[in-house]
Amino acid sequence: MTLKILVPVKRVIDYNIKVRVKADNTGVDLANVKMAMNPFDEIAVEEALRIKEAGIATEVVAVSCGVTACQETLRTAMALGADRGILVETDVELQPLAVAKLLKTIATNEAPQLIILGKQAIDDDANQTGQMLAALLGWPQATFASKVVVDAAAGKVAVTREVDGGLETLELTLPAIVTTDLRLNEPRYATLPNIMKAKKKPLDVVKPETLGVDVTPRLTTLKVNEPAPRAAGIKVADVAELIHKLKTEAKVIS
Amino acid sequence: MSILVIAEHDNASLKAATLNTVAAAAKINASLTSEIHVLVAGATCSAVASQAAAVAGVAKVLVADAAHYADQTAENLAALIHAHAPGYTHVLAPATSNGKNTLPRVAALLDVAQISDIISVLDADTFVRPIYAGNALATVKSADSVKVITVRTTGFDPVAATGGQAAIEAMSAGPDLGQSKLLGRELSKSARPELAAAKIIVSGGRGMGSGENYHTVLEPLADKLGAAMGASRAAVDAGFVPNDYQVGQTGKIVAPQLYIAIGISGAIQHLAGMKESKVIVAINKDPDAPIFQVADYGLVADLFQAVPELVAAL
Repeated sequence: MTLKILVPVKRVIDYNIKVRVKADNTGVDLANVKMAMNPFDEIAVEEALRIKEAGIATEVVAVSCGVTACQETLRTAMALGADRGILVETDVELQPLAVAKLLKTIATNEAPQLIILGKQAIDDDANQTGQMLAALLGWPQATFASKVVVDAAAGKVAVTREVDGGLETLELTLPAIVTTDLRLNEPRYATLPNIMKAKKKPLDVVKPETLGVDVTPRLTTLKVNEPAPRAAGIKVADVAELIHKLKTEAKVIS
Repeated sequence: MSILVIAEHDNASLKAATLNTVAAAAKINASLTSEIHVLVAGATCSAVASQAAAVAGVAKVLVADAAHYADQTAENLAALIHAHAPGYTHVLAPATSNGKNTLPRVAALLDVAQISDIISVLDADTFVRPIYAGNALATVKSADSVKVITVRTTGFDPVAATGGQAAIEAMSAGPDLGQSKLLGRELSKSARPELAAAKIIVSGGRGMGSGENYHTVLEPLADKLGAAMGASRAAVDAGFVPNDYQVGQTGKIVAPQLYIAIGISGAIQHLAGMKESKVIVAINKDPDAPIFQVADYGLVADLFQAVPELVAAL
């Protein structure tokens, strides 16, 4: 069985950047801000590559949905080792349901046996796309993965998941959806020769209209605010003062 | 039309997160005149149903009792909720690992958006949710016919677990889709309070140096205070403690009365998980650690001296 893996990647604000809310409260300021691949998606790319390098998968296809600049994110995925890229290009603000619908059409065309996604993007923190895609395709899902073991011959994947109480392991029938958690792996860095090579890898661009998907947002963002800051605290000199404050001022211990 | 709340449970008892979620449902209902129903999907879960029926403000408890709901696998659960969603204006679940796993699947089956992790209800269509690790708060309005929502439990004070007298109604189970099966679970066993519901949390970071230090230094303090124990991502990544200890943007979101951060520098993603705590104490030897910017009481000290001193003085 030849196994193809699809890895959706999202272009987001670099995780080291401190975000600022725009003065008109319409969103956060992304002008001239460094953008990068969503960290959870880097983990997804890495996992797909490891499965390919283990001889289990034959091809890793990266796909991104969004503005023209998402091509950079796809080039990053290809520099890491993805074989080719697909950009679904649109200037419309894409919400998770729309992305899931776009990915469904790509998956229908590409027929991968495994789709690995980041569990959430660090911009909207929605944590929805993988689950929604699984629903639309009618595939099983294992979210928040910390270990993935593919048995291509049996058509199964065993996924250990990070859940509230600890860990649980599910066995899914392929084709399946996996979303990555932090401890699944440590992503590699792209080397300069691989960055150069990635520029020559195929990158297809399609439009949502061509795929027949309506990407109109369902949720309207009325405003975006900064959270109320915490009142400034104090430094205490020693343990005795700390206990005194907790008992008499904060009254949280007795 | 009514509001449906998906119960969080382990087939034996109803989890506290359900009470916060019913509280969010009650806020939504303030501008409607609906009933709040709770769905208990599980296996031999009648005890859970009885507990759900006692929750204040709940009008009806629906029970789907079948072996293939025992492990709360998303495929079967989402199909069940989807089948029963007609008749409901809102479907809510707590933003626990179960809720986050299942509810987007329900939303997609219904062809509606999901509103993740709400912390406030403005009206029946309008909600506030954190984005960018809580560095911004978005007010969003839904135009969908059914609002599918996960609730950040720290945003809503729980309703009373008792006092209600809801009717319990059995509902027919859906088919077993057989797409996934549970091979096993490794769940942390602890006599301490649950992290997400604890009044006091003692949390350790990279500064603990090792898993052994984490336990020998912090456990006596947690014992004295009757506290739950948490950790930063750095401490979990370093293998000091298991993943379920993690507090932060992608771990557990907590808001106890007292959060004591020990040897935690205060990365943005950690602050995202605990900065709504009522009182924050930080103990760190680095006076410039970002954790001091959110701490009500900061103690610049070597934790290996300060914590035993604190234990002795309490």
